[in-house]
Amino acid sequence: MVATSETIKKVRDTTKKYKYGFTTNVNVEKAPKGLNEDIIRFISSKKSEPKWLLEWRLMAYRKWLKMEKPNWAKVDFSDINYQDIYYYAAPKQKKKLESLDEVDPEILKTYEKLGIPLTEQKMLAGVAVDAVFDSVSVATTFKEKLSESGVIFCPISEAIQKYPQLVKKYLGSVVPVSDNYYTALNSAVFTDGSFVLVPKDVKCPMELSTYFRINEQNTGQFERTLIVVEDSGYVSYLEGCTAPQRDENQLHAAVVELVAMKDAQIKYSTVQNWYPGDENGKGGIYNFVTKRGKCLGDRSKISWTQVETGSSITWKYPSCILMGNQSVGEFYSVAITNNAQQADTGTKMIHIGKDTKSTIISKGISAGKSSNTYRGQVQIQKTANKARNFTQCDSLLIGDKCSAHTVPYIAQNVANAKVEHEATTSKISDDQLFYCFQRGLDSESATSLIVNGFCKEVMKELPMEFAVEAQKLIGISLEGSVG
Amino acid sequence: MSILKIKNVHLKIENKPILKGISLSVNKGEIHAVMGPNGSGKSTLSYMLAGREGYELESGEVKFENKDITSFLPNERANAGLFLAFQYPVELPGVSSVNFLREAVNSRRKYLGKEEFNHLNFVKEVRKVADEMFVKDEMLKRSVNVGFSGGEKKRFEILQMALLQPVLSILDETDSGLDIDALKIVSHGVNKYKNNDNAIILITHYQRLLDYIVPDFVHILVDGEIKRSGGPELAKYVEKNGYAGIINAA
Repeated sequence: MVATSETIKKVRDTTKKYKYGFTTNVNVEKAPKGLNEDIIRFISSKKSEPKWLLEWRLMAYRKWLKMEKPNWAKVDFSDINYQDIYYYAAPKQKKKLESLDEVDPEILKTYEKLGIPLTEQKMLAGVAVDAVFDSVSVATTFKEKLSESGVIFCPISEAIQKYPQLVKKYLGSVVPVSDNYYTALNSAVFTDGSFVLVPKDVKCPMELSTYFRINEQNTGQFERTLIVVEDSGYVSYLEGCTAPQRDENQLHAAVVELVAMKDAQIKYSTVQNWYPGDENGKGGIYNFVTKRGKCLGDRSKISWTQVETGSSITWKYPSCILMGNQSVGEFYSVAITNNAQQADTGTKMIHIGKDTKSTIISKGISAGKSSNTYRGQVQIQKTANKARNFTQCDSLLIGDKCSAHTVPYIAQNVANAKVEHEATTSKISDDQLFYCFQRGLDSESATSLIVNGFCKEVMKELPMEFAVEAQKLIGISLEGSVG
Repeated sequence: MSILKIKNVHLKIENKPILKGISLSVNKGEIHAVMGPNGSGKSTLSYMLAGREGYELESGEVKFENKDITSFLPNERANAGLFLAFQYPVELPGVSSVNFLREAVNSRRKYLGKEEFNHLNFVKEVRKVADEMFVKDEMLKRSVNVGFSGGEKKRFEILQMALLQPVLSILDETDSGLDIDALKIVSHGVNKYKNNDNAIILITHYQRLLDYIVPDFVHILVDGEIKRSGGPELAKYVEKNGYAGIINAA
C-alpha cells in the first residue's frame, strides 16, 4: 500500500503540470515586434478597417504614451517591455473561410484538446462558440441559427465591416479609451474579440460562448468584446481562456463592454484558466482586464460571474454602472490563487439611478505562497434614491504562507440608501480534512470538495453546462496545496 | 477470522504517553465495547486506528485483515473498510450531504473494483438506506452536518456506515448527547448493519448503550491500558461500582 500511494503521488506529480500547456504548430503571420504608429496602421489595414477606427486607435495610442501603469493594486511584477511583444499574430489562411471544414485542422485539434468541440457536440449542448486564437477569431458556430432569431454574434472585426454604425456608436461608450493604462493600450492595438447584438424583445435562444487562446510566443492578446442588448432582450455569455506553458510572461489586456437597455438582461460568465506560471512564479499570463457594463435602461440587469483560477497576475474588476432606475448589478466571484500567483480582483458598483440594487459575493481562496485581494467599490451617488447594496467577501486560506486581503471602498451620498458589507476569513481545518479522509477521499478530492462547498453560492450562478467543468478546475488548481 | 489485531501498542502525544501497551483482537461477527473514564485514551485509540496525523504508533503492531496498516494513509484505511463514526461529526459548509455520501461510497466502490454510482442511481440507493436509518430526505439536501441536531449528526454517521458497508466500524461515543429515543434509533441502525462478516468496536462511557447493542466482549481502558476484559457482565459491574474498583484492583 505504501508503494501504491507512492506511485499515485508520482503519477500526480508528473500530471500536476498545467493541462493546457501545449502549443500548436500552425503557420502564423505576424506583425514585427514592438509598438508604434506603423504597427497600428498595419493592424488596421490587415483588418481593412474604416478610417475612423484607425484614427480612434491612433488617438488611443497617443493617450497611452502619456499614461502610467496603475500602481494601487496589491500585485508585484517587473516592468513590461512593450517593444518586445508581437501585437498581431494570425494563423495564415490562404483564403477567406467559408465553413468550419476549412479551418486549419491543427487549430481545431487544439480546441478539441481544450475540450471545446466546435462542431456537433456543441449543437447538442446548444452553445454557440466564437473562438479567438491569438489575435484572430477563427470560427463562429451557429451563426445561422442565431441570425434567424435576429441575434448578431460574430467576431468584432467582422462587425466592424458589416455593422460599422453599431460598433462606432458603442465602442468605448462604457469603457472610455483613457479609462486606464491598459484600456488605452487595448484600444490602440485590439485585434479581435466578439460582438453581440440582441434586438428588442429577443431572448437569445442559446448560450453564447467565446474561447480565447494565446498560442504564439511573445504575443499579447488584446481582445475587445462588445455586447449590446436592446429593450427586454436577454443573453447569457460565457468566456473561457487558456494559454500554453511558457517561461516568459505574456500579456493579456482585454476590454469588455456591456450595454443593457430598458428591461434587458445580460449574464456574463468567465472561467479564466490562463497559464498561472510554475511553483516559483516563473512565466504565466498577466491578466490585466477591464470589464464594465452599463445598465442604461430602467429595470435592466447585468450579472458578472467569474471563476478565476489561472494567470500569474490577475488585475480585474468587472463593474456595473447602474444608470436606469431600478436597475440591478450583480458580481459573483471565485478567485483561486496557488503557488506564487497574485490576484487583485473585485468590482465597482456605481449607483446613479433610483432604487438601484447591487449584490456582491466574493470568494477568495489562497494556497501556497500566493496573495489574493478583494478590492471593491460601492458608490451611491446623490441621485440614487433608496439604492441598496449587499456585499459579502469570504476568504479561505490553505496553508500558512499565503495571504488574503479585503479592500472595500464605500461612498454613500444618500441618506435613505442602504449599504451592507460582510467579510469572513477562515481556514480549512484539520478536522474537516480528516473527516473527509476517513470517508475515503484523498487529500485532493477532500480539498476540492471543501473549497467547492465554500464557493457554492457563486458556482450555482454559472450556466449548467459549465458548472461541472468549473468544479473540476477548482480541484485541479489546488492540486498539491494540501500535504 | 481476524479482522483487527492490535499488539502492544504504545503512542505518545507531545511526548506524553497516552497508550501504554494495548493489545486487542477482534474477529468477524464480534462486537467489542471499550469503556473507560475521561482521558483514558479511548478517542486516541480510535484516531490511531483511523490513521489520523499526529497519532502515529511509537511501537507495536496493528493488523487489519492480516495486513500491517501502520503505513496506510487515512483514506486508504477507510477504503479498505475501516470506518470511524465521529464523536463530534464535522461540519462542511456548502457541501451537500448527498454529494458527500456519493463521493465516499464511490471511492470505496472504486477500491473494491465495483462500478461507481452515477448521481441518479446513487440517489435511489441513498433513499432506500436513509429510510431504514430514519434519515429524512430533507436532511440529505442540507450541507454536511451544518445545522444538524445532535441526534441528526449521529444518525448521519450511522447512515454513512450503512452505505459504506465497512468491515470494521469504530463508534466513538456515538451515544453521547442522545436522548433515549435517538439512542434507540441509532442502535436500531447499528444492529441492522451488523452481520457475521463485519465487526464493531463501541467506545463508550456508559453501560446504557450496551442495553441496545449487546457486546460480546467488554474492555475497560484506564490510563492507556486495558485493565480488564470480560463479557457484558463487566459493563454492568462498572455501571454499579464505577471504574474506581477496577483502577484500585489493578
